[in-house]
Amino acid sequence: MSSRDVILGRVRRAIADVRQDDTPYEQAVDRSYLREHGARSVAETVDLLAENLADYRALVHHCDADGLAATIAGLLAERGSASVVVPAGLDEAWLAATEVTRVPDRLDNTPHELDAVDSVVTACAVAIAETGTLVLDGSPDQGRRRITLVPDHHICVVRVPDQVVSSVPQALERLDPARPLTWISGPSATSDIELDRVEGVHGPRTLEVVLVSGE
Amino acid sequence: MSGTFVGMPAFPKAAHEAVHNATLRGNLRHATHTIRSKRAKAVAEVSDWAALREAGKQIKDHTLRHLDDYLVQLEESVTAAGGIVHWAADADEANRIVVELVKMTGETEVVKVKSMATQEIGLNEALEAEGIHAYETDLAELIVQLGKDRPSHILVPAIHRNRGEIRDIFAREMSEWGRPAPEGLTDTPAELAEAARLHLREKFLRAKVGVSGANFMVAETGTLVVVESEGNGRMCLTLPETLISVVGIEKIVPTWQDLEVFLQTLPRSSTAERMNPYTSTWTGTRDGGAGEGDGPQTFHLVLLDNGRTDTLADEVGRQALRCIRCSACLNVCPVYERAGGHAYGSVYPGPIGAILSPQLRGTGSEIDASLPYASTLCGACYEVCPVAIDIPEVLVHLRERVAEGGQATRGGNRVVLKPAKGHAAERAAMRAARWAFSHPGALRTGQRLASRTRRFHPRTLPGPGRAWSETRDLPAVPAEPFRDWWQRTQGGKEAEAK
Repeated sequence: MSSRDVILGRVRRAIADVRQDDTPYEQAVDRSYLREHGARSVAETVDLLAENLADYRALVHHCDADGLAATIAGLLAERGSASVVVPAGLDEAWLAATEVTRVPDRLDNTPHELDAVDSVVTACAVAIAETGTLVLDGSPDQGRRRITLVPDHHICVVRVPDQVVSSVPQALERLDPARPLTWISGPSATSDIELDRVEGVHGPRTLEVVLVSGE
Repeated sequence: MSGTFVGMPAFPKAAHEAVHNATLRGNLRHATHTIRSKRAKAVAEVSDWAALREAGKQIKDHTLRHLDDYLVQLEESVTAAGGIVHWAADADEANRIVVELVKMTGETEVVKVKSMATQEIGLNEALEAEGIHAYETDLAELIVQLGKDRPSHILVPAIHRNRGEIRDIFAREMSEWGRPAPEGLTDTPAELAEAARLHLREKFLRAKVGVSGANFMVAETGTLVVVESEGNGRMCLTLPETLISVVGIEKIVPTWQDLEVFLQTLPRSSTAERMNPYTSTWTGTRDGGAGEGDGPQTFHLVLLDNGRTDTLADEVGRQALRCIRCSACLNVCPVYERAGGHAYGSVYPGPIGAILSPQLRGTGSEIDASLPYASTLCGACYEVCPVAIDIPEVLVHLRERVAEGGQATRGGNRVVLKPAKGHAAERAAMRAARWAFSHPGALRTGQRLASRTRRFHPRTLPGPGRAWSETRDLPAVPAEPFRDWWQRTQGGKEAEAK
């Protein structure tokens, strides 16, 4: 007998007390918990996102669509970045104001090559205000998971208000589970030493979020 | 379970040693009190906490009650997404499967993201025996591995170490494993984290095989979820060509929507954050189509039983399988805070460990038979549990099993357990108490005698009571028995009248 059969057999014997007419999944869970916490206007939701991002040490910037290229160029210059990883589907206009070397996100660039790059610029799929979370889903304007992981400086552009939701339940509704998802709440952090929070272990140590309005 | 815990003394002995270690108690007290107050604040932010807790409990209970269906559904959806599913009935089989899979890649190194399941089965030792080095990449796990130590907390396995100790371990051991610690390393957490970053990055960048656990598996979609803070999880799940995930069969949730409950309750319960810094989800492999080459090209899922079906067979004890490993119960437990994680002799310490380990492993060994007693039954663990596991109820249930014996399931078979040895004195004391309480005259005489001789009482009991009093301070006998005081004052009325 295969281990699969052994385990399934043990499970079935273990739950023999469960009646055949046990409540079906649809009725087994009381979903009276909230879809979002508190009533906020759209503008207040965006403000809460900015506040919660900053609370976990992300650096938050605001601009409108016309000012985006200059904002990104400014952030790269401030950081002294010489190179930036660019996802295949990133809007070219976003990098129009900067001269730094572009490294396209390609299948064959190795982790060591990515490690030598200074920054990465991506869009995001959705941002969650209540938790200060950005979600990347690997769409063409966000690229493969590793490009937002290995470089030490991540600039993430969020279109407000249309990419912002209030809560975790609202975010999950918008996301496709078939895509590889990365949820980011502030830069890499650890609390392993005496439970003191330290930013920056393995992911990007600096996370900059540009909230761009009016596109 | 893990080879690192073989030969552990029973809980009272291990705990007795731990409570006399002032550094350990200091480290633990600082850590648990810090996280305790932070957690209360994080939970208070969410006005529907009680509803979320109830929903989490109901989702997990429903899944466990239909676990066979959901396992089969999960297998189908993972396979459809390009993953390969393996089934492991026990630790040995799981280790054999993983060793074989690593050997097939031709690699002799794997990077690991913290996984309690692989600690439970002693995977690192099994890999080492076959010449494969497993590198732990969670900062706390790294501290434990470099310190040749054992984990003492579910979430913060090095919680028993302070920054000075960690600095010494890094300075001494890092060179043995790869990149040495920087010269003049100080004990500031930021510098220690930086040393770990440099040490581990060279391993991540060359790693071809990653080994992980998972916090959740979604039956409907075949999605696995890892929740973490440091980014080492993202490294292990993203950069290697082959990913092997070893996951307990109880980690299933039925649908994608169910994650909305646990992604709210888990971070707030464990690290007291609104959300942990990183959560990764992946569904099979990404070969062909959009996003090709995003993450490992080969994905193996090893579904682990190792005592879980035996636990499932116990109608009272099965609720332990609802556990989402947040560790909130450890941080509020007065016993854990003083005894420390090592005393529990398992990768699952604290209140949840006291009910999970004796069920996964059975109560045959001395340590496992003692664990249901590693509690004051104060109920704080139940109050904070985000899936409402009634830990005190299960503790009492397991105490009964240890003391009285009875029906249990081991290795899938129904067995009848004998009462454990070593409870003769307790049973004799209970019999004596029963007799005394049914003979009021004798009780009165005895109590008066005890009061009058109180100055001469020993600090420990002689004879068979010694074992009991060795782990407890004897209560002081009052100057006057309660019943005498009641009669003299008519229940305090005389005192009130004055």
